[in-house]
Amino acid sequence: KIEPLKVTVDLLKVPLGLKKPPLKEALAALPGKPKSQILERRKSRRSDTMDNESQYSGYSYKSGHSRSSRKHRDRRERHRSKSREGTRGDKSVTIQAPGEPLLDNESTRGDERDDNWGETTTVVTGTSEHSISHDDLTRITKDMEDSAHLDCSRHLGVALAAALALLAFLTPLAFLLLPQLLWREELEPCGTPCEGLFISVAFKLLILLLGSWALFFRRPKAFFPRVFVFRALLMVLVFLLVVSYWLFYGVRILDSRDRDYRGVVQFAVSLVDALLFVHYLAVVLLELRQLQPQFTLKAVRSADGASRFYNVGHLSIQRAAVWILENYYHDFPVYNPALLNLPKSVLSKKMSGFKVYSLGEENSTNNSTGQSRAVIAAAARRRDNSHNEFYYEEAEHERRVRKRRARLVVAVEEAFTHIKRLQEEEQKNPREIMDPREAAQAIFASMARAMQKYLRTTKQQPYHTMESILQHLEFCITHDMTPKVGGEGGRYLTAGPTIQYHKERWLAKQWTLVSEEPVTNGLKDGIVFVLKRHDFSLVVSTKKIPFFKLSEEFVDPKSHKFIMRLQSETSV
Amino acid sequence: SYLISLSFQQRIEIHKLRQGDNLILGFSIGGGIDQDPTQNPFSEDKTDKGIYVTRVTQGGPAEVAGLQIGDKIMQVNGWDMTMVTHDQARKRLTKRNEEVVRLLVTRQSLQKAVQQSMLS
Repeated sequence: KIEPLKVTVDLLKVPLGLKKPPLKEALAALPGKPKSQILERRKSRRSDTMDNESQYSGYSYKSGHSRSSRKHRDRRERHRSKSREGTRGDKSVTIQAPGEPLLDNESTRGDERDDNWGETTTVVTGTSEHSISHDDLTRITKDMEDSAHLDCSRHLGVALAAALALLAFLTPLAFLLLPQLLWREELEPCGTPCEGLFISVAFKLLILLLGSWALFFRRPKAFFPRVFVFRALLMVLVFLLVVSYWLFYGVRILDSRDRDYRGVVQFAVSLVDALLFVHYLAVVLLELRQLQPQFTLKAVRSADGASRFYNVGHLSIQRAAVWILENYYHDFPVYNPALLNLPKSVLSKKMSGFKVYSLGEENSTNNSTGQSRAVIAAAARRRDNSHNEFYYEEAEHERRVRKRRARLVVAVEEAFTHIKRLQEEEQKNPREIMDPREAAQAIFASMARAMQKYLRTTKQQPYHTMESILQHLEFCITHDMTPKVGGEGGRYLTAGPTIQYHKERWLAKQWTLVSEEPVTNGLKDGIVFVLKRHDFSLVVSTKKIPFFKLSEEFVDPKSHKFIMRLQSETSV
Repeated sequence: SYLISLSFQQRIEIHKLRQGDNLILGFSIGGGIDQDPTQNPFSEDKTDKGIYVTRVTQGGPAEVAGLQIGDKIMQVNGWDMTMVTHDQARKRLTKRNEEVVRLLVTRQSLQKAVQQSMLS
């Protein structure tokens, strides 16, 4: 009896970690029992501890397993080796392939199909594990080339700015120190006013330092394709300022060895003041100007039409693009290519086309457009009921989703009732006390199947690996959240915004900005630019916020008077 | 069978009758832009705020001239009556120095379809 228990425990442990060896190796390492036996015994053990569903699944799994051929297993292995991260394997159903992507065919047949899912793993759809390998390679190489080139120019820009800032910062100090060093003896003594000026120089420089740190020393949030115009402007301004001050200093003070030290100190103070004003200008140009909303940007995702509106102020196109992207990740529901296509059964009927034969001469262009137009017109006139099918498919899908959802909700509620927070006063023996991770694992088992089925129906399964679900459960349990959050809420029932799926795969960093105008131009009414990813793009269009004419009207509270509506009849 | 609703305009000339100190026309009006149009039983469009004839006294000058109950008065002696208050309408009809009023009225009549009358 102990043997099968140990088997169970080992099998339970393996699929949890992302980097653990796939289950096949683990199974091979176990004392050599035929796989089916292990599975059967495990199934029977499971049915004691879990709900009735697993019993049913065990039966169907066996049939699935027996039917799956060597071909399927090989393909699954290939899939697994290509997949970057282990996706969740349902513990109550899957034994043999924890790295198995849960993407099936776009199967829209009924419930019974899902229990035999062992045999449906032939095709992976959309941007799945299979296509990732090729796409990612091209993307990575492109990234590396681009970033190598960009990094140089970025770092150059930053270095230049830093050097200029340092120069500007040290110049007043140099102005103050040079006379002391060079012609100390000739200087007129300068009492209290100088000291006051020294203090003011010191504090102003400190304030300048703090202000610059606050404004400029920030991690850049994006790599812009072009130079940031305002920053360049400010740098040029600072440079000119410093150079002109040095010129004057060199000519008037150094050359002529001016005795009046107070004048020199005042000169230095004026430079610091000028630098503070430049800093003020920087604050206004870089931060304040864009705060007042001037434009409404509409961002539409080309793949599925999800759109949002944003209000921005005066920004250049590239800055507006970055702003849009920052908001994209928490506003737009995650891009799910599996949801885009009409089911194949609906579209397949359209394929029977018309053949058009042209009698007479081949008059190339005219004929072809005429032909195509004729074909399209004929196709449109032909009665086809694909809309009917689509409607019924949709209705069926809705019903199925709702049923699964009900099951999921009930399963989650029940699962959470198994857990209770340990109160301080209660004494329990240490074997029964669990930390959040173990508690999460304990209750996960009872809702795993319902969760898996629901995610598969709503085609969300690539976004939730078992690890991520366990982490979320752990999080909910730690913070005493209700089952509503733990299994439902915005996380699983609906596709949430992209940023909550914390995987590098979904948070892409490489976007391409396509625009007809130069990207450093400011936004104007009617500008359209596109932010491209490799599989979809965001089309952003600009509209100016209209000028509002507000007029006032004074309403005397005593002027609200009412009469009855009459239907009077007058005889004439 | 079906009903066809037509409306046609008529010009009606009423000669006022002297009764003591008053000149009367012999009908009653309802409606006006300051009245509630939904209460009007004669209008087809319940937002119509025009002046409607609500009663016609028997044997009075209006009946003699051919005015019927439910007529909508469009003009009185050239004055528009479609956008007037109830009181303005009354005043335009009861001007002391006018003995004759010429009204332009709109009347709706329902005609049964020809087939039905043929069948019956």
